[in-house]
Amino acid sequence: MSNGNKLPRSSEHSAERRRFIAGTAQAAGSVSLVGLLLASYGEQARTHPVAALRPPGAIDEQDFLGACVRCGLCVRDCPFDTLRLARFGESMATGTPYFIARDVPCEMCTDIPCAAACPTDALSKSLTDIGDADMGVAVVTGTDTCYSITGVAHCTACYFACPIKNEAITMEMKQENGKVFFVPTVHREHCTGCGKCEKDCILPEAAIKVLPRDLVSHDSGAHID
Amino acid sequence: MIETAPARRSLWQRQRWLTLRRSSQLAILGLFLIGPWFDIWWAKGNLAASLWFDTIPLTDPMIVVQSFVALGEVTATALVGAVLVAGFYVMVGGRVFCSWVCPVNIITDAAHWTRQRLRIPPGWRPHPALRMWLLAMCVATSAWTGTIVWELVNPVTLVQRGIVFGLGFGWIIIASIFLFDVVVSRRGWCGHLCPVGAFYGILGVASPVRIAAVAREACSDCGDCFEVCPEPQVITPALRGVDQSTRVIVARDCTNCGRCIDVCPDEVFRFAWRYGAEPTVATPERTNKPS
Repeated sequence: MSNGNKLPRSSEHSAERRRFIAGTAQAAGSVSLVGLLLASYGEQARTHPVAALRPPGAIDEQDFLGACVRCGLCVRDCPFDTLRLARFGESMATGTPYFIARDVPCEMCTDIPCAAACPTDALSKSLTDIGDADMGVAVVTGTDTCYSITGVAHCTACYFACPIKNEAITMEMKQENGKVFFVPTVHREHCTGCGKCEKDCILPEAAIKVLPRDLVSHDSGAHID
Repeated sequence: MIETAPARRSLWQRQRWLTLRRSSQLAILGLFLIGPWFDIWWAKGNLAASLWFDTIPLTDPMIVVQSFVALGEVTATALVGAVLVAGFYVMVGGRVFCSWVCPVNIITDAAHWTRQRLRIPPGWRPHPALRMWLLAMCVATSAWTGTIVWELVNPVTLVQRGIVFGLGFGWIIIASIFLFDVVVSRRGWCGHLCPVGAFYGILGVASPVRIAAVAREACSDCGDCFEVCPEPQVITPALRGVDQSTRVIVARDCTNCGRCIDVCPDEVFRFAWRYGAEPTVATPERTNKPS
């Protein structure tokens, strides 16, 4: 406006330039907004229900969403139909693989076909011994419901379900008021989080559950950042 | 006989490329479905990454780019898959992905058909560079957050993965895109916003397979091509150009869908090779046109 004495052509020019700059700034601004929304949505998507376990060999969740391309090749190569891809609307990053131990646990194939199928190493091929897998860790959550602990019956379902028998779960004898109990006890350093114990627990609500290792303890090794 | 020849074009002539295109879209979807449905595993996976005949890996190059900037590394398998896919589209036209492969195209074409039936005005016209900005945002945000950010919401893979692996509430995405294209913006999603389309557009920037207005002198200005084209701005330079200006539609936004070839009553357009001699009409026998 202060350049009133300029030629009409050049003021047209600068009006056009202003429009261009305003248009570009608007586009850039709205795109930045979308970026921020996506970033915060991505932050949310990192957390997922504790019951949803990643397949064996899954890298740290922080990096997982940068590596996993959601192709489902792990799902296809799982011989037991354990794995599934998160559907849109489930509260985890859409398309990423997981399993619910209580539905179908990991059978711990020795050749780890799910990780072998992964094209991006989101399921790391550095996992060569399935016994080193770290999908989570079993925890006896139902200390007040477990038949063996409460003395209702001498149940050994989880003990016999465990594929790392006598190492990951043992039945520890305990004497109390002259009664003998056998308490299922998880040894975290041996537990892979396959979830077979949780699957086989005879109670309507499993008394032993696989939880993410970092939720359970930080000092047991593998999962520390 | 020869005098009346141009009057009627057969149904096949009028629907040829659309038919082929739909067949291609459905066939590719079908190849991913015969595994889970009939246990015939020619293709495993989905459009994000797949394994063909248990040997050939294919990976979406845009996803690989995001993964690379997120983590600073990428596996050989993913890279080989991305190079194969990118190489294909560099040759045949980047946005061939949009019109011949992407399942969202079926949704947005249906939306466009609906909007035309209902005579809905064009609505919001986003900034022409917006999809490029969105693409840049996807890469920048992936680098910033360490995640493949567009895959959190990408309707392209979401819809296709949904069909192959289970849709869940994915129908919400389908309905949203349909409604957006019908009521908010004409050709809004594929034509203005989708960063995947923008990415493939860049891949095809120099692709030799193009559509050309080989017989532009025969054009009777009916406007059918502009009406049907998902990216009408790409036609003008090739069709309205004079003298030595190229007849080839060189704009990267062109999806090589061939719909203009189908609808043109004057048979102006044809698939052509972009380089070398200027493509012209082989047998210009048309005499009924004013200019």
